[in-house]
Amino acid sequence: MAEYKVKFEVFEGPLDLLLYLIKKEEVDIYEVNLTQLATQFIEYIETMRMLDLEIAGEFLVMASTLMYIKSRELLPVEQQAQVDAEDDGQDPRWELIRQLVEYKKFKDAAAQFQRLEARQEDIFPRLPGKLEFDAPMPRPEVSIFDLVNAVNAVLKRFNQREDLRDIFDDKWTVSEKIEHLLRLASERSPLKFSDLFEGITSRSEVVVTFLALLELIRLKQLTVLQREPFGDIEICRSPPSAQPPEAATVADAPLRSGLGVEEIQQSS
Amino acid sequence: MELKLILESVLFSAQKPLSMKELREVLASAPEHAQANDTVRALKKVRESELITALEQLANEHEQAQRSYRLVCVAGSWQFVTQPEYAPWLKALVGHRIRPPRLSQPALETLAILAYRQPVTRAEIEQVRGVTVDGVMQTLVERGLVEQVGRADVVGRPMTYGTTAVFLEYFGLRSLEDLPAADELRRLVVQKPGALATADPGLATVPPEQLALTTQEQKTTTEHTERDPAAQGSPPAAPL
Repeated sequence: MAEYKVKFEVFEGPLDLLLYLIKKEEVDIYEVNLTQLATQFIEYIETMRMLDLEIAGEFLVMASTLMYIKSRELLPVEQQAQVDAEDDGQDPRWELIRQLVEYKKFKDAAAQFQRLEARQEDIFPRLPGKLEFDAPMPRPEVSIFDLVNAVNAVLKRFNQREDLRDIFDDKWTVSEKIEHLLRLASERSPLKFSDLFEGITSRSEVVVTFLALLELIRLKQLTVLQREPFGDIEICRSPPSAQPPEAATVADAPLRSGLGVEEIQQSS
Repeated sequence: MELKLILESVLFSAQKPLSMKELREVLASAPEHAQANDTVRALKKVRESELITALEQLANEHEQAQRSYRLVCVAGSWQFVTQPEYAPWLKALVGHRIRPPRLSQPALETLAILAYRQPVTRAEIEQVRGVTVDGVMQTLVERGLVEQVGRADVVGRPMTYGTTAVFLEYFGLRSLEDLPAADELRRLVVQKPGALATADPGLATVPPEQLALTTQEQKTTTEHTERDPAAQGSPPAAPL
């Protein structure tokens, strides 16, 4: 199959694909032959599998729903699982059609949004204000990605030095670093991100310091600011009202990007 | 001295869109700059309704006169802006404006669902789209178009999201009421067909009008009526 370069429509999701198949048949959603649709859908999945494309889980869930619907259709009415008059949501065919109709309407709404978006590009205000109105709004809140970016830059400095594979004792714990950071932030305000890593000699110390920083941010004891996108990150102590009463362990740290200590050390 | 014209002069010289509050502040502090001028003082405290009427009249006049610039209200603030038809000349004049990249299809769809159904959880959005929205949501949050507005009162207390003022500015909307077909999409209830015939799978008798975006309120779901008894004895029509 490697010789073939097939131009393949990649769909966002199963509903997207279903709407496409329905459109191809040029029928109304309400008049679509669900059994036939199910067959086409499965065929599509099979082709994806043959072409070694990854199939998202949602497609498989939809495939099984369609199979269920198709199998129900094959049974004479008396043998079908009874759908009570009150059981409005239970008819799988109806639920699917309802979902498709709803999704399609939002797709249309999205197209309208796109028109509005394009229209706005052609509209100029009376006195074009300073760039603040046209450029992406400056975000005063620093995201985890800005922080990770910043610490990566710091870690890069240590890249060259770690040729020796000696194993050292971790001389620093997160709690110690927490205290250290709080002290630093009280002495110097605002603190620059790079100030946090002054005098540090190894990657693991950088990591432990970073974790301490994250924990303090999570506990709202420290606030971080970035005055311009990709600019310096500033750190200062939060005003007392922002601090919650209880402390928690590092295990609760919001490393949403999923980076653990080991991963930070390995990535370079 | 017409209030309308005063507002026109103010908005003409403004450096940014002005909200009702800002306009009233201008009117309130004007007497400081005019010695014993009764007219100025008379307009010191204007009712909000009068202000809105004047602004709308002003906007109307410009529209009637087909001016190349019009008065618009975006995200609750008023400003003079040019009509899109003149874009080529204005782009030549102003030069390249830094604009964020256009939103992708998935982003627009997610945004649409969020805008109409807010406050809404990620799970609810995913329910409509049929796919996960994590990446897209991050983009929308980073662009300042959506934000967390609270938590849902269900197990797990998931976050709920809503649109921001930036969202309104980005699309040139006056308020959320200005969303196209708002009534219909806020709470889409599709009317169930009278009878779903079972002999011919998937066939229904609902008029296709339901498919197009209309501005009428949808009727509520009707009860699923009894199946057509005539279809009960017929053999299954679907091939395997």
